[in-house]
Amino acid sequence: MMDALRGRSELGVAALLGVVGVLVAVDASGLDAGTAQVGPVGPKVVPLLVAGMLLVCAVLLAVDVLRGGQGELEAGEDVDLDQSSDWRTVLLLVAAFVANIALIDRVGWVISGTVLFWGSVYALGSRHYVRDAVVAVVLSVATFYGFYVGLGIALPAGILQGVL
Amino acid sequence: MNALNSLMDGFATAATPMNLLYATIGVVLGTAVGVLPGIGPAMTVALLLPVTYSMEPTSAFIMFAGIYYGGMYGGSTTSILLNTPGESSSVVTAIEGNLMARAGRASQALATAAIGSFVAGTIGTALVVMFMPLVARFAVSMGAPDYFAVMLLALLTVTAVLGASRLRGFASLGLGLAIGLVGIDSVTGQRRLTFGQAPLADGLDIVVVAVAIFAVGEALWVAAHLRRKAARTIPVGQPWMGRQDWGRSWKPWLRGTAYGFPFGALPAGGAEIPTFLSYVTEKRLTRHPEEFGKGAIEGVAGPEAANNASAAGTLVPMLALGLPTTATAAVMLAAFTQFGIQPGPLLFDKEPKLVWALIASLFIGNALLLVLNLPLAPAWAKLLQIPRPYLYAGILFFASLGAYAVNLQAFDLVLLLVLGALGFMMRRYGLPVLPLVLGVILGPRAELQLRRVFQLSGGDVSGLWSEPLAVVIYVVIAVVLLWPVVRWLRGLRRQAEAPDVVGAPHPEDTSEVGHLTGTGGRDEQ
Repeated sequence: MMDALRGRSELGVAALLGVVGVLVAVDASGLDAGTAQVGPVGPKVVPLLVAGMLLVCAVLLAVDVLRGGQGELEAGEDVDLDQSSDWRTVLLLVAAFVANIALIDRVGWVISGTVLFWGSVYALGSRHYVRDAVVAVVLSVATFYGFYVGLGIALPAGILQGVL
Repeated sequence: MNALNSLMDGFATAATPMNLLYATIGVVLGTAVGVLPGIGPAMTVALLLPVTYSMEPTSAFIMFAGIYYGGMYGGSTTSILLNTPGESSSVVTAIEGNLMARAGRASQALATAAIGSFVAGTIGTALVVMFMPLVARFAVSMGAPDYFAVMLLALLTVTAVLGASRLRGFASLGLGLAIGLVGIDSVTGQRRLTFGQAPLADGLDIVVVAVAIFAVGEALWVAAHLRRKAARTIPVGQPWMGRQDWGRSWKPWLRGTAYGFPFGALPAGGAEIPTFLSYVTEKRLTRHPEEFGKGAIEGVAGPEAANNASAAGTLVPMLALGLPTTATAAVMLAAFTQFGIQPGPLLFDKEPKLVWALIASLFIGNALLLVLNLPLAPAWAKLLQIPRPYLYAGILFFASLGAYAVNLQAFDLVLLLVLGALGFMMRRYGLPVLPLVLGVILGPRAELQLRRVFQLSGGDVSGLWSEPLAVVIYVVIAVVLLWPVVRWLRGLRRQAEAPDVVGAPHPEDTSEVGHLTGTGGRDEQ
């Protein structure tokens, strides 16, 4: 059993399609347009069709994977598919991203953006700590003022309110 | 003549100093992101959407037009100098282009690509001027059944024709349609797939979806497989061509244009098929067959022209029908919606100034590209050496900034991360991203038309094929969908006749074109 599943992580994609399909179907069957409905096709029909399509794809994909089918990994200029996935880099990037989400409304964009950029550069392997920090701060401050002055969009100043 | 007068007015609008500046910014920016690995025109337009909120729509679209053509051109520079094409439409250019560059003829390869792009782009845009009013006039008479059929055709062909695996294409389309369902149903006010989350009621902002799938997904994917040693670029001087190169290039340019424009203009567009056809044609017609496989200039000139002509052709269904067939066109459609402008047959009556200024700026952008890019080619080649940590950290930084600036809520950043993870997974398992993006944008529109059809027909299914055009389109859809089945059956018969043939064609089998362009539908991101 375990042997059959080895190297078949793509079954996870089929599972995801299935879960989304079920979610869409359950959500659709709970809809009731009542008197608001205009015409014979209500808000349910298309979601049910989409759910059906997702479920069919899920089953066919599972069958395809079990029979040895494989999705083609996407190539690119900077992508070296001969290396195995570098999860450490990806997780560090996600951490920098999450830090930005958690910080942006509390301490403001200038700080959270700096953390995001510096953290991402570090995750991707740069070790010029000071230079990276300077670039990160300059980018964050420049975008803050650029958006405020140029576009009239006030990004959160956070704890630097009054300083900026 | 009427179109010509309108076009002249368009030039008057587009040629103001401010709009010329925007066109220049667009062209330079477009070329830069086209050259840079990991970023493409679709991502750039998506990232710039928030920035253009406060701009005049006409100026914004003039800039987008520059980015659109500039991105096409930049992509070919990268594929010639690096031999790792980022966009599936420049895969074919890369074959002979990189061989030429390695044989010391990078200058000529870049020159024939640049001039070919200019020729094809200019002819293509002229054809847009000729055809678009006709299509728009015809489209006014199209009813809901026709619209629904055309949208279905665009969705299904993009899904079934591009990319290596149809099944994975449809999986991607299904996910996109599901994302498109999120929010309040426009007809009945029912909340669909909102799970009680208030920010979801307005639906997922297309900017957030596009940025997540293109930018965040791409950055994470590259990060997981980042080439530790930067790919070696071929040093290049000033692009130029000798007399013999001109003689060998001009016919492929014109033939490439002839292939590219119709394929782009069909609602089932895309540049993969015409570039491939152009390559095959030039290989057959060339007087120097011995050079193919060693760097033949015809093999760069033809496909590159086809690529740009198809980019121009894509604008016909996009503007006249509101029907995008490439990722960039899809994001531009989202931009129209953002400005409260509805592309479609009525666009010409409602926003003539904007449409004609946009078309005029396409001509201007093309000329600017030629003027700027011939001298700037060495600078673009330098851009390829930007340190990768800065490049991809920058993508994440600006993606977050763009997505946040739309509504100023951190919730959008959560969505960005979740959908970015989806984009990562799709790249890992070969699900093409274009069907998803088209599904998000076209799904709700197609649903609206479908419901209109049934309102008109009183619930009778035959309302779907109550108009002749719709019937024709359904026949086309049937052919597109059944084609691999026919091939599979023929394969079975052949196998029965010759039992010792190994490797029978599987229904999921990739076509010849699919093999060549099988980068999983990263069509001009």
